[in-house]
Amino acid sequence: MTDSERHMPSMMSGLTAVARRDLLLAWKRPGDVLNPLFFFAMVCTLFPLAVGPSAEQLTFSGPGVLWVAALLAMLISLNSLFISDFDDGSLEQLLVSPQPLPLVGLGKTISHWLTSGLPLVLVSPIVAITYRMQSDVVLVLMLTLTLGTISLSLLGSIGAALTVGLHRGTALLSLLILPLSMPVLIIGANTVSLAAGNETYSAGIWALAAYAVGTLSLAPYATAAALRISNE
Amino acid sequence: MWKWFHQLASPPHFYRIAPIFSAVLLLPGLALIAYGVYAGLFLAPMDYQQGDAFRIIYVHVPSAYLSMMAYMIMAVAGGIGLIWRMKLAHAVAASAAPLGAWFTFLALATGSIWGRPMWGTWWEWADPRMMSELILLFFYFGYMALRAAIDDTAKADKASAVLALVGVVNVIIVHYSVEWWSSLHQGQTIMAKDGPAMDPGMLYPLLANIFGFTLLFGSLLLRRTRTEVLFRERRTRWVKEMILAPEGQS
Repeated sequence: MTDSERHMPSMMSGLTAVARRDLLLAWKRPGDVLNPLFFFAMVCTLFPLAVGPSAEQLTFSGPGVLWVAALLAMLISLNSLFISDFDDGSLEQLLVSPQPLPLVGLGKTISHWLTSGLPLVLVSPIVAITYRMQSDVVLVLMLTLTLGTISLSLLGSIGAALTVGLHRGTALLSLLILPLSMPVLIIGANTVSLAAGNETYSAGIWALAAYAVGTLSLAPYATAAALRISNE
Repeated sequence: MWKWFHQLASPPHFYRIAPIFSAVLLLPGLALIAYGVYAGLFLAPMDYQQGDAFRIIYVHVPSAYLSMMAYMIMAVAGGIGLIWRMKLAHAVAASAAPLGAWFTFLALATGSIWGRPMWGTWWEWADPRMMSELILLFFYFGYMALRAAIDDTAKADKASAVLALVGVVNVIIVHYSVEWWSSLHQGQTIMAKDGPAMDPGMLYPLLANIFGFTLLFGSLLLRRTRTEVLFRERRTRWVKEMILAPEGQS
């Protein structure tokens, strides 16, 4: 091994550095992580108030309500994915760096999932129990939310990258991301409903896993292309 | 062949020849639609189950087919513009979006009107085709909103092309997931097992309308693209020369 090869940063170093930096930033500003969680809990509180608190109503609508609330909470957190880096100019530095941009974007997305998707998965059992969900169904809910939020983070990174430099980005971002995220919502919520009705649900889990793998392999390239276009 | 292709991609050349192509598509298109509408409304036999209400199919099916076709054209044109940096392709994509959205709306509206006598409801959430068509309409809205939000045309072209390409992969997944979803809700679709067995007297007007609508769409797309090209090139020399040229010389 020559000297210059030893000092060459590896392909993954951009990914890990960006992910670590974003996690550190999130740690210093816990409000950004907590606000979507409060939002999630609050949307889940709105539904019993609006449609009635009867037990069968709650068990029937629980999976759907939790999934919609999780989807909206993810959407809220997506707004800040690239915006602060865009504002202070560090996004441009990432663009001109020799590290492959899809992996750098993936690093940001991974840290986004760890600070938004994962907390949602961890909080969801508490809400699910108040919706009278059985414990084995709660496990299915957590599994579908894990796989689903991975896809949502990755899909969302495309939308966030497309809208990064724009004013009035929030409403536009929802308009772009919600149609894209419908398969995740359909499969995720219905898989939990099937599990709650004691029916076979494994097909939904596999479909969500396939979708997560598919977005993991394709979305970073779309995000990178979108970032380049937004920063021209 | 390639020379012809490059020539077509040049805005002034396209601007000159587009009306010719547009007219070539428009006349047979209108003739086919005229035949399809007349034969569909007056000559085709009544459906033994649905009576005269089925005749809305002659607008509904061509619109639904074109709503998807327009999306494909939009995405492919966006991809061509992104890869080969062909300006004309982006103009085609920009012009295809509102047309596609209108055909999607038309398909939804006629489907809803059809659903009222057939299913007894204006809107049936459990029908997979209605759902995926509605989501397709949202895709169009997102696409047009993104275009409208970016002031710089070149940037809007590229960003919306990325969105259209991402959407095209997803539209297919949406289609299958909605179908899977609706198979969980049983027994709502009355017209599920119609089968392709159709009386020729019903079928030919439908085919005529499908082709007629497609030709009409092509003609409208060319016209819209021509206007779009003129608007985008408004600061170039050839547009100024063309406008300043005296009558009859252009």
